[in-house]
Amino acid sequence: MTQRRREEIIAYILISPWIIGFLIFLLGPMIASLGLSFFDTNMFSFKFVGLKNYATLFSLDQTRSLFWKSLYNTAYYVFFSIPLTIGVGFLIAVLLNQNIRGQSAYRILYYLPSIIPGIAASMVWLYLFQPEFGVINYILSLIGIQGPRWLLDPKTAKMVFVVMSVWGAGGNMLVFLAGLQGIPTELYEAATIDGAGRWRRFLNITLPMISPALFFVMVTQIIGSFQVFTNVYVMTGGGPANSTLMYVLHLYLVAFRQYRMGYASALAWAFFVILLLLTLLIFRSSGAWVYYETEIGGGRP
Amino acid sequence: MSASLGTIRTLRGGKKWDKRVQTIAVHAILLLGAAVVLFPIAWMLSTSLKAPYQVKKFPPIWIPNPVVWENYVNAVTIFPVPFWVFIRNSLFLSLANVVGSVMSNTIVAFAFARLRFRGSRVLFLIVLSTMMLPQQVTMIPLFILFSRLKWINSYKPLIIPQFFANAYFIFLMRQFYTTVPRDLDDAARIDGCGVLGLFFRIMLPLAKPAVGIMAIFEFTGSWNWFLGPLIYLSKMETFPLALALSYLRATYRVLWSELMVVSFIAMLPPLVLFFIAQKAYIQGIVITGVKG
Repeated sequence: MTQRRREEIIAYILISPWIIGFLIFLLGPMIASLGLSFFDTNMFSFKFVGLKNYATLFSLDQTRSLFWKSLYNTAYYVFFSIPLTIGVGFLIAVLLNQNIRGQSAYRILYYLPSIIPGIAASMVWLYLFQPEFGVINYILSLIGIQGPRWLLDPKTAKMVFVVMSVWGAGGNMLVFLAGLQGIPTELYEAATIDGAGRWRRFLNITLPMISPALFFVMVTQIIGSFQVFTNVYVMTGGGPANSTLMYVLHLYLVAFRQYRMGYASALAWAFFVILLLLTLLIFRSSGAWVYYETEIGGGRP
Repeated sequence: MSASLGTIRTLRGGKKWDKRVQTIAVHAILLLGAAVVLFPIAWMLSTSLKAPYQVKKFPPIWIPNPVVWENYVNAVTIFPVPFWVFIRNSLFLSLANVVGSVMSNTIVAFAFARLRFRGSRVLFLIVLSTMMLPQQVTMIPLFILFSRLKWINSYKPLIIPQFFANAYFIFLMRQFYTTVPRDLDDAARIDGCGVLGLFFRIMLPLAKPAVGIMAIFEFTGSWNWFLGPLIYLSKMETFPLALALSYLRATYRVLWSELMVVSFIAMLPPLVLFFIAQKAYIQGIVITGVKG
């Protein structure tokens, strides 16, 4: 046996934990979940029903299926949360990048919300957003605004979760800041000598150079936001009137409260396909707006 | 750096005053933001010490008077199970997962970073693509599997999968290994080190900072984990802190002070860990975030 061959065998042995884990905990269950979605099952009895679960799923009748409702709620949340968390995170990073004094202290402070258990954060926000005695409505009353009923009103309930997500924008800030600090200062110097103003430098240097980080954050953030669960589970349980019934919460309730495992599997697969299409769409669009330095060579994520 | 600032300054002329106004404005924005970020945490602490009749006061009371320390006693004795059980469970879950992650990911990532084998590129692409997979797709079959194995109400479903490596940490470790110069490998091989010798004597000791980062991430992640324990644990004596808190909220929804006490206790370990190891923490995010 050659040295080369020996090394290859050792390599396979070393990565075998991942391969086994991938087959047992990922690929296997994914296929099983697709299979289950064609059955009516409560885990103990299995009845083949063909595409019935999917037919129910896509039904527009809300008494039969909350798929569209929960997808709408989640999309609504993602639609507002993503630009805000990315925008705020980016703004803070740009401000911090100006060699500001106390940079590392700010960095730690802004990152704090990202390490606190979601459930603990949910408890405080729940308290802050109480309509009768919450601080948020108190602050609004100081400037003469009669605060809404927040989590008790279907019109405003989703916004509470958007606000919470912006509170956690510090996670994005760290990635952006690292990206900004990686931009060679010579680029700015050269542009300044060529007479480029502040705004031009931002548009023609900062934005293109930061676009890979922006892309990374966008992909991970969208996937993560679609999976919002803990805070809705704890704070509203999906109410009022299903206005905060997010996709994963819906999936959880169908699977583990109603034990409709087949239907829940169909929900899970639909979720997977939706996220996959969305990710592909972003990757497709990335060619148009993400700038990669040639020297990185194949550094496309 | 100073040279570049100098150039900019001479080019733009003596605009020192502008610069100062701008610095003050930036600090004002940043401080305001920091206040907004810190406020909920401060409010949690303040509420945890308020008397019951102060909790629902409007306008709200900012600083509790009297300071009711009994809330802390009350909160930890309110459960039908001794409170230390929850802490023990959370610690067990987090530490076991740290062990699992470190054992599996250091080795798997080493193979991906340093060994040449057929299909390594394709396999690594699969690793990366699983990062984007929503775990909910596998949730139901795994639940059925684990309940068939009679693993419900035990920590096995929450811990054992961690011993089989995960994409995020493989990526993090691999990024770190690739920064180690290849000359070291060659030198080690000339000295007669085999593949395993190379891993244990050279790469692993050099990768200690990355192992630390991974351990911190895994600890915090497991400590804060909610959905997994929620699905697999239903007996109170098996609850980690996160589930205990959820139980408290479901059972006594108006005991705001006690809810804040337990929230605060649940928040403390990740917070302390973050303050101790914030450099490593931030470095970890930078490694996985930017070089992606």
